[in-house]
Amino acid sequence: MFGVLMITLLLTISLVGSNMDTILKQGVVFQVRGEITADPSIANSFSSSEEFEEFVQNQIDQRIETLGLDEPWYSPQRIGLTMYKILLLDFGNATFLTSDSGSTDVREIILEKLPRTILLFTTATIIISVIGIFLGAFSGSKVGSVIDRITSSFAIISSSFPVWWIGMLMIFLFSFVYQIFPARATPSIPVSDPDYILSLLYHMTLPLITIVMIGFGAWAYLVRNFMVGIMQEDFITSKKVMGINRKKIIYKHALKNAAPPIVTILALSLSGSLGGAIITEAVFDWPGMGRLYFEAITVMDLPIIIGATYILTVFFLISIFIADLLYGYFDPRVRTGQ
Amino acid sequence: MSFSQQEIRNEFLKSKMGIAGIFILSTLIIISMVAIIAIPSETFSEWNNPSNWISYPKVAIPGWVNLFLIEKIPEHKIMNDPIKKMESSESVSTISHQFVFNFDYDDFPNDFIYEFSAEYAGSPLLEILVIRPDGVQLEILSTSLPNSDLITTHTERIFSTDELIKKKLFLQSEYFNFPVDNLSAEDIVFSKTDIHYPLKGNYVYMINLYGVNSQNQIPESKLIVGGKAFGIMGTDELRRDLAIGLLWGTPLALFIGIVVAIASVVMGLLYGVYAGYKGKKTDEVMMRFNDVIYALPALPFLIILSVTISNSIFVMIGFLTIFGWVGVAKVSRSMALQIKTRGYIDAAEMMGQRKSKIIIRHILPQLLPYAFASIAISVPAAITTEAGLSFLGLGDPSFPTWGQILHDANVYGAASRGLWWWILPPGIMIAITGLAFVFIGNALDVIVNPKLKR
Repeated sequence: MFGVLMITLLLTISLVGSNMDTILKQGVVFQVRGEITADPSIANSFSSSEEFEEFVQNQIDQRIETLGLDEPWYSPQRIGLTMYKILLLDFGNATFLTSDSGSTDVREIILEKLPRTILLFTTATIIISVIGIFLGAFSGSKVGSVIDRITSSFAIISSSFPVWWIGMLMIFLFSFVYQIFPARATPSIPVSDPDYILSLLYHMTLPLITIVMIGFGAWAYLVRNFMVGIMQEDFITSKKVMGINRKKIIYKHALKNAAPPIVTILALSLSGSLGGAIITEAVFDWPGMGRLYFEAITVMDLPIIIGATYILTVFFLISIFIADLLYGYFDPRVRTGQ
Repeated sequence: MSFSQQEIRNEFLKSKMGIAGIFILSTLIIISMVAIIAIPSETFSEWNNPSNWISYPKVAIPGWVNLFLIEKIPEHKIMNDPIKKMESSESVSTISHQFVFNFDYDDFPNDFIYEFSAEYAGSPLLEILVIRPDGVQLEILSTSLPNSDLITTHTERIFSTDELIKKKLFLQSEYFNFPVDNLSAEDIVFSKTDIHYPLKGNYVYMINLYGVNSQNQIPESKLIVGGKAFGIMGTDELRRDLAIGLLWGTPLALFIGIVVAIASVVMGLLYGVYAGYKGKKTDEVMMRFNDVIYALPALPFLIILSVTISNSIFVMIGFLTIFGWVGVAKVSRSMALQIKTRGYIDAAEMMGQRKSKIIIRHILPQLLPYAFASIAISVPAAITTEAGLSFLGLGDPSFPTWGQILHDANVYGAASRGLWWWILPPGIMIAITGLAFVFIGNALDVIVNPKLKR
């Protein structure tokens, strides 16, 4: 798992590395030229312009060397150093973007945005899974009923709509036709205001409704399909013959047996939603990780891109790991080892 | 776990969903054919060229909306075949172009533009007149074209906001019972004389070119009466005709979806079957590699790739394939593991058949139904992912895809401005295309996994 993390990092760095070098070198050139023009006495101390140019070039080369930029970005030494720094969560400073409080430290920016993304998407995923599990269990136990058919067709139809498009429609409906919710999800009042949390929650409603609306159908359908399989098993039939309450069979015995795959998918979709947040957050202008990522891409703010990719991957891997652990907990067959 | 082709076809035809899917898909294919044949491909490469769309209206509502309205919205009219007349006496030659059109709306047009190119020598006089339905004849403009001794070609666009037009109309204000000084030219020309309200009926725009030279000509002559409604699908902020964008999006989306789905399923299938059949170390190594790709966050990587490497549509298809084959490989590996234990594989091995032949002849055909189902199911994912990337503004700028139309809509705030005709159709097209494949895939899936059937 650690290996995967390293490979992801390596890939990201190798994709953006050459760009990053050019930008850093340009930064050094600007810095040196700026310092020299700020102090006219340096320029006056040279007799010819060639001599002066040479001095400037020397200065630039020296700086580049001290920063280690004279080696290409793919030299093992530099990649090793960069990766080591990132492992310690030291992402350096952002080139263009800043956090709301004005800091350019990538770690601070990410720490500021991450909770908001988690707030929105974790809430949405939990609501989706609760609705989905109950609806799915219900329709799975009554295959062919009206509710089952509605759930299945809703799941199929909703899965082919892109979430962000529904988002645009929701903005159109609820902030243009009926002006209930704001179109932009970023609260307009400053973070320090005590009403900020309330305002954030109010702005969260529209994205939340959208994500839940598109998401729960697919969940219900998934759970339904597991349930259909389990309801055909012998032990359920024998429970029915024993005369155990139907509800008890569905929610206690059948659902428990469907739990392992459901939990796995829950864990994966939780972390997957963080990655998928990029487009959704761009539509609703939600000030979270996804939008940060998108903004970083548009202005090529490389430290942030690397940092955000790293954090997303870490979350993804952690949830895969947790899913594996939970699978063992729910399905005793896996526990006995080999 | 094996199905004959006949069985699959029969089962498939029994499912209503599958038939609906096939029906939608064939409609889409017909639309793509129409798009490729009827609309010249130059149009779509001009999609992002603003000068190509200059005679179209800005954010015009679709024309058919008028059918449902009592107060009709003026439609945008582009007329380029006038009735041509030519008279020449000894000293003066007159060329006259007449545009006749019916104006039957309850609002004034946005503007009118006369676009022409004339071939002449000397300094001819250009005169524009309007004969209104109530018989009033308004002079709009009379101006002389720039002097030239040799025969030259002069191209000009005369806008209704022209100062000369304003002055000319002000001089004729005695026709109207209300003050006209602060009204724009189109508000005066198309107004009733007693109150300021649009006058309905047939209007005739007459363009006369008086000159001494009998060789004078107006080869190109185009009158645009700007309206707020246009075409079947309306236009967007950049004056582009959305119908063309939507039509061209269809073959592109189908192309992207189908190519990505087939490529990734074939890749996953071969990879998985090979790993499963070889077993042992090879299997272990190949599956670890599979896990690595599986654990990469796809969307962030797609974004980085398209920003740093290229956003060409063909490269994008490659990237989408790289992230698409993983799941198929896992499933087909486990299926290959099952099939490997069958007697006939052992028999084939004992007969000394080559391994590649065993895989191709005996294992792959068993997986074909599953492969078709997963191709159908992964098409919508590919289409929505591409649309999503385009929506973020990372699409190929030389092709108008649905995602890009939505990107522009989002950039210009179409949702909060209520421009529904800009948002709804592309999304519906994405959804319908996805739906067609989901239907087909589900119908196949039910056949392949009999457990779902009950």
